[in-house]
Amino acid sequence: MELVISITIGILFAVSVYLLLSRSLLRVILGTAMISHAVHLMLLSSGLLKRGAPPFLIKGAQMSYVDPLPQALILTAIVISFGVTAFLLVLAYRAYQELGSDDLNELRGVEDE
Amino acid sequence: MSNLIIMPVLLPFITGIILLFFHRCLLVQRVLSAVSAIALLILSIYILAVVRAEGILTLAIGDFPAPFGIILVADLFAAIMMVVASLISLVALFFAFGMMDQGREKHFFYALWQIQIMGIAGAFLTGDLFNLFVFFEILLIASYILLVLGGEAGQLREAFKYTIINLMSGMMFLVAVAVIYSVTGTLNMADMAVKVAEAPQKGLLTTAALVLLAVFGLKGALFPMYFWLPRSYFEAPSPVATLFGGVLTKVGVYASIRVFTLIFNYDVSYTHTIILVLSGFTMFLGVLGALSQMDFKRLLAYHIISQVGYMVMGLGLFTPLALAGSIFHIAHNMIVKSCLFLVSGLTETITGTTSLKKMGGLMKTHPLVAWMFFIAGISMAGVPPLSGFFSKFALIKAGLLEGQYFIVLVALVVSFMTMFSMIKIFRYAYWGSVSKENPPVPGNGYLKLVPPVLTLVVLTVVIGLSAHWFFQLTLEASEQLMNPAAYIKAVL
Repeated sequence: MELVISITIGILFAVSVYLLLSRSLLRVILGTAMISHAVHLMLLSSGLLKRGAPPFLIKGAQMSYVDPLPQALILTAIVISFGVTAFLLVLAYRAYQELGSDDLNELRGVEDE
Repeated sequence: MSNLIIMPVLLPFITGIILLFFHRCLLVQRVLSAVSAIALLILSIYILAVVRAEGILTLAIGDFPAPFGIILVADLFAAIMMVVASLISLVALFFAFGMMDQGREKHFFYALWQIQIMGIAGAFLTGDLFNLFVFFEILLIASYILLVLGGEAGQLREAFKYTIINLMSGMMFLVAVAVIYSVTGTLNMADMAVKVAEAPQKGLLTTAALVLLAVFGLKGALFPMYFWLPRSYFEAPSPVATLFGGVLTKVGVYASIRVFTLIFNYDVSYTHTIILVLSGFTMFLGVLGALSQMDFKRLLAYHIISQVGYMVMGLGLFTPLALAGSIFHIAHNMIVKSCLFLVSGLTETITGTTSLKKMGGLMKTHPLVAWMFFIAGISMAGVPPLSGFFSKFALIKAGLLEGQYFIVLVALVVSFMTMFSMIKIFRYAYWGSVSKENPPVPGNGYLKLVPPVLTLVVLTVVIGLSAHWFFQLTLEASEQLMNPAAYIKAVL
């Protein structure tokens, strides 16, 4: 199971890096969304993957349980990346309105450097 | 257990929420945020006094015991950083009252300012790695909006890049957290320090440590990762650039010092040598960038980078004296760098430009501004008896004692070049004849902006003249950092 997840994480990272390096604003934003998924999966697998066990520890009962902490971390991280992605979309839209371009090559800015 | 140390986080948070409701009423906004900033400064000084008298303070939030819940910790280093950060926030805020336009002020400027301060305070005081990430994101989200507030074309362009770069560093932070958690099974930094020391295989941990160094280096503008800084800080209005340049970059430096003294101190010859090399490059390339600029604000922005090199140099040398020099340099630089940024804002208000070529002769028309710049400038270059001299003196002495002559040479050369670039600003902006095509704005409108700047100028002189007392304090802080057992014992 860990192997499958690891390969998925690797593919997601590769895809998102490809997107981040492209010139269009929208693709870059999609890349950040992808990379956050890759990182969330990585957090999930950091607590070892198990099936069919609840994240509870019952006193006295000898049963397996899932580490609840990575899930809590992922929840927090999802909220943050959701907020930042929403902000980025608005920012890209405003930048497009103001600057008339969504090509990062044309958004270099400072001429004298 | 002490509820005291959650107050620096709660106070700006609550003020920020209240300010959201009064965004149309300027008077309420200004009064409330000023009161809150003054209260925060007093509170931070009180916390510093308590920490110095009683040792490290901790608070388990929600009363969940140490390795499981989130812990806030205030040791001397964190307390010193809190005091200086709240001081800069206060001063820059009073500068903002005089300089910001109403459009920005009515669009949640002060509320965002408070949220940003909350994030900074949290990052200083937290004792939990994931919590550090959360506070980083809080201060970053506030900084994205502060940077873009006003919606000018340049701001939108640079804010996009700034956001993407910081988002990436946030993701890398999570990668490092995931790796460290999978090896040690804990997020509490003190517990992590114990587990890391016991771990038999440390290869993966060292990898994670270097990822963390990249993350904090990105935030603090270390050598290969500083390219975003001069451009984005240039686009921000002066009070915001002051807060960013004075405090925000130092949070990255703070976090790297915390992590590399407390947790990753098992292989000093490897990790800290990398840090030392990076610090040399940062200093040198930063000051070279500064020398090539012909713009007041951009030149100062490059100086942020070069000065970060000195702060990290102390960490790279890794002796109590060097770390004390680092802490002293951080405190000194937060004050002086903010002061210089405020002077650049002041000069911008007077001349209407930040380009050095279009200024001139302000020494004749505005001697006070010129003298304030002069004192702050030579303090940054490290001329005795100002504060900049003593921090560099400690760092260079520590370097010589350790036998790291090359980094000492770099530090001295960079100091000289810093002096040179300060003279360059002074010569273009303050000496010479008054620019004819761009004459200074007449009137005394700039005078209301002077008191905050003057406060910082006086402070750098005071710190320089009573350096013994301040150095004693930073030395105590660095001894606490070099002896993490006390920190671990206080938390667990």
